Amino acid sequence: MRVALVDGGGTNIGSVSYALERLGATSRLTADPGDILAADRVILPGVGAAGAGMRRLRELGLVDVLHQVQAPLLGVCLGMQLLFERSAEDGGVETLGLVPGEVRGIPPRPGVRVPHMGWNSLVDLVEDPLLTGIEEGDRAYFVHSYAAPSGAHTLAATEHGGRWSAVVRSGLRWGAQFHPERSSALGARFLRNFLHEVER
Amino acid sequence: MTLARRIIPCLDVREGRVVKGTRFRDHRDMGDIVELAQRYAASGADELVFYDITASPEGRGVDVAWVERVARSIDIPFCVAGGIRSVGTARAVLHAGADKVSVNTPATQRPELVGELAEAFGVQCVVVGVDSLRDEDGHWRIRQLTGSPDATRALEVTTLDWVRRVVDLGAGEVVLNCMGSDGVRDGYDLEQLAAVREVCPVPLVASGGAGAPQHFVDVFREADVDGALAATVFHDGSIPIPALKQTLAQAGVEVRLEASPTTPTREAS
Repeated sequence: MRVALVDGGGTNIGSVSYALERLGATSRLTADPGDILAADRVILPGVGAAGAGMRRLRELGLVDVLHQVQAPLLGVCLGMQLLFERSAEDGGVETLGLVPGEVRGIPPRPGVRVPHMGWNSLVDLVEDPLLTGIEEGDRAYFVHSYAAPSGAHTLAATEHGGRWSAVVRSGLRWGAQFHPERSSALGARFLRNFLHEVER
Repeated sequence: MTLARRIIPCLDVREGRVVKGTRFRDHRDMGDIVELAQRYAASGADELVFYDITASPEGRGVDVAWVERVARSIDIPFCVAGGIRSVGTARAVLHAGADKVSVNTPATQRPELVGELAEAFGVQCVVVGVDSLRDEDGHWRIRQLTGSPDATRALEVTTLDWVRRVVDLGAGEVVLNCMGSDGVRDGYDLEQLAAVREVCPVPLVASGGAGAPQHFVDVFREADVDGALAATVFHDGSIPIPALKQTLAQAGVEVRLEASPTTPTREAS
């Protein structure tokens, strides 16, 4: 299986490829359109801000390429946020538009710390091959200040001063707001599902 | 169900090995960094902090080889502290696979560093460590260069003002090390942590003073911190993490109870 890790410049790229390694899968870190379009699975990782993330994808000419991907695509953390139509980060950024919806800032208030950092529960799970073996209430590791409100495309939500999308899907595009590469056994299961349970 | 409070073991690293001892002297080798990191991950630690004790005082950067070895072998988040003085060193550490970097003395010497790191990597990667001690006038003030007792200096700025400032500059998390209770194993400094909590809208991690499971219950309940860091009680086995998590859960503190498997699953792709 060819797994393409899109090199969008995020700092978690190493961690994602190590997590795949632990599952016995090898991935190729690439910004090459041919590599990305030939892959059986495409992962868009990312840590950082939406503005810089989109700028980099544009500079690399990858915006159209990501629209052309026919294989299952998974965005992780910022990578998931970029799948939506718009983000409120950096004064408002137009993003990839592969999943309907918008990303906004998590409003801080007493008891609701921002960034949302740590192990939170996945709730309101919808049946999906990507969530095989993952149960309501299982915890995943989150770290982010922006988020997509839970909506029609949400497969799992999490609660932090509101209900936010933890996992989303639109067609063969999935996104995880949490970090599967740092989410222990749950994260390994989630990535294994992405490799083996979702169909082309 | 909501966000879990985090239990965070802190490991001192010297030349890629985990060591124990009074900082900078009488170091005892505790073992291979990867083995210890995996053991903690399997026991249910929510996150790890590695404090590079050679990097900071000797003015050296962090040796990223061990950071990469840790990143490959564990599946929980970890933070690297010590020796990070610039965006360049931070980038090398983050690219090697660390999830966060923590700055302490360099931030006191050049506060703009905090903003530069936040700008380059996002606030979620930037932790500011604060060493704090109560002065005779009753105010808590920060200390710098606490790694070596002879070099440690007290600064003018109060701890509460400093925490407000670093959060404004872009700290995504604050680790407050209460030096008055550090090493005494008599409990966290609840009064100070609660006061800092009031001015700290980002996650706050308590450090210094853990000696018994009840100390963790108290610090989460009474100071409302997001995480509790400790070293000795975890390293010497006097507080096993699974038992600690059970105690916390029974006391009504939200914790993550499932532990990760000891050996990573391997299968053909």
